[in-house]
Amino acid sequence: MAQTLIENHLPSYANARVVPRAYWNPYLTGVLLGLVLLATYLATGRGLGATGAFGSIAAWLAGLFAPEHAATNLVHARYWNDGAPLESWTLFLLLGAFVGALVSGVAGHRAKLGIERGPRVTDGQRLALAFVGGFIAAYGAKIAKGCTSGQALTGGAIFNVGSLVFMLAVFASAYALAYFVRKEWL
Amino acid sequence: MFPLTSYHEFSLAADLAIAVALGFGFGFCLERAGFGSARKLTAVFYLYDMAVVKVMFSAIVTAMAGIFVLSSAGLLDVREFYLEPTNLAAQALGGLVFGAGFIIGGYCPGTSVAAMATGRKDGYSFALGMLAGVFAYAEFTPGIDAWIRDTAQGAMTLPSITGIGAGWWVLAFVAFLAFAGWGMRKLETRFANLRPRAA
Repeated sequence: MAQTLIENHLPSYANARVVPRAYWNPYLTGVLLGLVLLATYLATGRGLGATGAFGSIAAWLAGLFAPEHAATNLVHARYWNDGAPLESWTLFLLLGAFVGALVSGVAGHRAKLGIERGPRVTDGQRLALAFVGGFIAAYGAKIAKGCTSGQALTGGAIFNVGSLVFMLAVFASAYALAYFVRKEWL
Repeated sequence: MFPLTSYHEFSLAADLAIAVALGFGFGFCLERAGFGSARKLTAVFYLYDMAVVKVMFSAIVTAMAGIFVLSSAGLLDVREFYLEPTNLAAQALGGLVFGAGFIIGGYCPGTSVAAMATGRKDGYSFALGMLAGVFAYAEFTPGIDAWIRDTAQGAMTLPSITGIGAGWWVLAFVAFLAFAGWGMRKLETRFANLRPRAA
């Protein structure tokens, strides 16, 4: 089924000399990701998570200027870890994720400096929107106490009702707004 | 026997090494699925490429089935699992806000790491925005955290609130995935014209 093999679009880079390889089948990759999630549960009793790493870095940054404040702020305090906020499990998880994605990307000829956007926005607009989107996503993840990894995947796998509600809300919101930002992507 | 951390004392170094190893698999899978690419991720919201749902759903179903089988076999004690307390209002509101950030920014926290690893400058921009957002949340609106804690409803799972056993829920999710797979193929055909031309 050639259609399945090339069902993934290739990112359009201006001067791509090497043709990026097609992504793996999504169901197969999902099963693999599920096994990683299962292994994480078997090892630690907690699932995956990504937002916590950003919380650790934020607490560390706050601590550089005002350690007292970082230790007592209601939010920073949870990541302060007695003055060693960078010794964070989730932060090391993301370090590993960076390396894993790099290895996968290089092997698939997909690692290349560039900016992902549709043809109807400029690079500058896209970078600004990415920053704004990141800021908003951070707020959402803090309010929901987790993101796509920490709530949807991790909580979903153990039937956590709040996680399933979170996942439905994420998709509802993004589908509702997709029309308004279509120029950024299509 | 599992989870390991409930039966073994790991040193900090060992604990963090486990994190790096699992993270490697996490990042590798995300990139293989195409999730280092914002256009691949947001494609799900324009219905021409449903890979995000396919990958997420298969991952959830695989992990839930594995957990069910291992705990039924007595190898895994799910009572040791950390279960984030449910707070329906906070999680619905957080999800709505998060979804907006996702479609505007093009990534989520984990996938922005895969994007950065493969050279996407917009991935770096998103991650910086995340960091700024997390920082602002802690500095300016810590009261939200107190509200979430005080209004939490506690542990709620589908088996616990419905009285229907986990095994039946696993079967239901598998059946739903099969049905959704059929539906998603229809959608992808119907909206194929939105797909960008390959470079």
